[in-house]
Amino acid sequence: MITVCRIDELPPGEALRVTAGVPAPIAVFNADGTLYAVDDTCTHQDASLADGWLAGCFVECPLHAASFDLRTGRPTCPPAKSALRTHRVTVEDGHVVLHVTVGEPA
Amino acid sequence: MKSIAVVGGSLAGLSTVRALRAEGYDGSITVIGEERHHPYDRPPLSKGFLKGGLAAEALALGSSHEYADLSVHWLLGERAVRLDPAARTVTLTGGRELRTDAVVIATGARPRTIAGAEKLAGVHTLRTLDDAMALRTDLHKGLPRVVVIGAGFIGAEVAATAHAVGLDVTVVEAAEVPLERALGREMGLVCAALHADHGVRLLCGTGVAGLTGEGRVTGVRLTDGRVLPADVVVVGIGVRPATGWLAGSGIAVDDGVVCDAGCATNIPGVVAVGDVARCPNPFTGRSERIEHWTNATEQPKTAARTLLSGTSAPAPTRPPYFWSDQYQARIQLAGQVRPDAQPRVVEGDLDSRSFVAVYRRHGHDVAVLAVDRPKLFNRLRRTLTPIPVATAPVAS
Repeated sequence: MITVCRIDELPPGEALRVTAGVPAPIAVFNADGTLYAVDDTCTHQDASLADGWLAGCFVECPLHAASFDLRTGRPTCPPAKSALRTHRVTVEDGHVVLHVTVGEPA
Repeated sequence: MKSIAVVGGSLAGLSTVRALRAEGYDGSITVIGEERHHPYDRPPLSKGFLKGGLAAEALALGSSHEYADLSVHWLLGERAVRLDPAARTVTLTGGRELRTDAVVIATGARPRTIAGAEKLAGVHTLRTLDDAMALRTDLHKGLPRVVVIGAGFIGAEVAATAHAVGLDVTVVEAAEVPLERALGREMGLVCAALHADHGVRLLCGTGVAGLTGEGRVTGVRLTDGRVLPADVVVVGIGVRPATGWLAGSGIAVDDGVVCDAGCATNIPGVVAVGDVARCPNPFTGRSERIEHWTNATEQPKTAARTLLSGTSAPAPTRPPYFWSDQYQARIQLAGQVRPDAQPRVVEGDLDSRSFVAVYRRHGHDVAVLAVDRPKLFNRLRRTLTPIPVATAPVAS
């Protein structure tokens, strides 16, 4: 478990990149009030999805516009072919808490 | 329509196949690809792949599973040499004729080179996977002195990669300001300064008179008389659209295949996409070829609709976009920079080589440039607007 930030530090439409205490960077999104966490690095080429364009529960990679469904981690269009790992994220005592998934993406 | 031939097996060709199937086309599709490889991603060829440690397989754009789903007939290592729209045939090297109801021209472009280059070993252009493999082999053999001719994006990326593998690199640019056409004078100078930041020599305003050496290159002779010693020379001076095979076809060609905004050519049943296609662009107010990766993924959707509906179907256009990775810096540009567009830094600063600049022209935001600032860049690129017709210059 990793405490990421206070919930008011991650307002709707925003994203944060978590690099401390995780095997690989993780992006945490507030998509219109629902929190999602996925691997931060696009599965196509090296780009940070926390810098991407959030539309509903989809994030578009800032480099080549690969799009991922934050609910499943799966790509919805080329050029990405592989899924991102998804991670559980909760709000506890007003803080965003990340539960890192280990293992293969769905 | 029962059969479509896609001439060109790179990103634009594959993207057209994907778009045709996504639009519900269930007839036959044949892709004629001059290279022996299935479609692969070209951008890493000047970066990660050239540096080493990245296998050719990692560049594949599709998978065998996807290709089975798309049901494509591949003719790889085959070159189209003639198109006869009346007979609806594409002729391949060796004379074989392919009958087809419709044709997608996706033949891309070929690198320009300099006189004498083909006679000397060690002189490279970089466009294809085979080009990249040959250059990679040369760069990793000992510690060659490298001269890059042309400080455009390909040249700059190759220089950065050669520098990253520990080589001595000099870049020669004929123009006084590198990248001026793409970025404007001020930002061209800023981005070109990345070379000096990393100890790579950049000589501007200097033409190349020729190459020295017999059998293998030994140097680059400049128009001012200097000779730069070189064991490897990379020529990155732009491309020419691959339209030679269309001679005599009746397809209108003028530095590319002339298309309308829906990618339709002057001949029904023939569309063009990617680097080879010259289309009117509402973001630039001009008819032009866009040699960017993203264009090769977006334009095919328009072309597929045009081909299948029989009516030219322009799509809502997004501003042209490209990126370039050099010396760990990520440069991104969306929109179109004209000489009279004024850039203004809106985040970061130039000296730190981390900033976002917005270009204004005629009171409109027409382009956004970022170095290592992808987040704001992606917000701002969505705010760019097409040039209003009233202020759009007359097409030249």
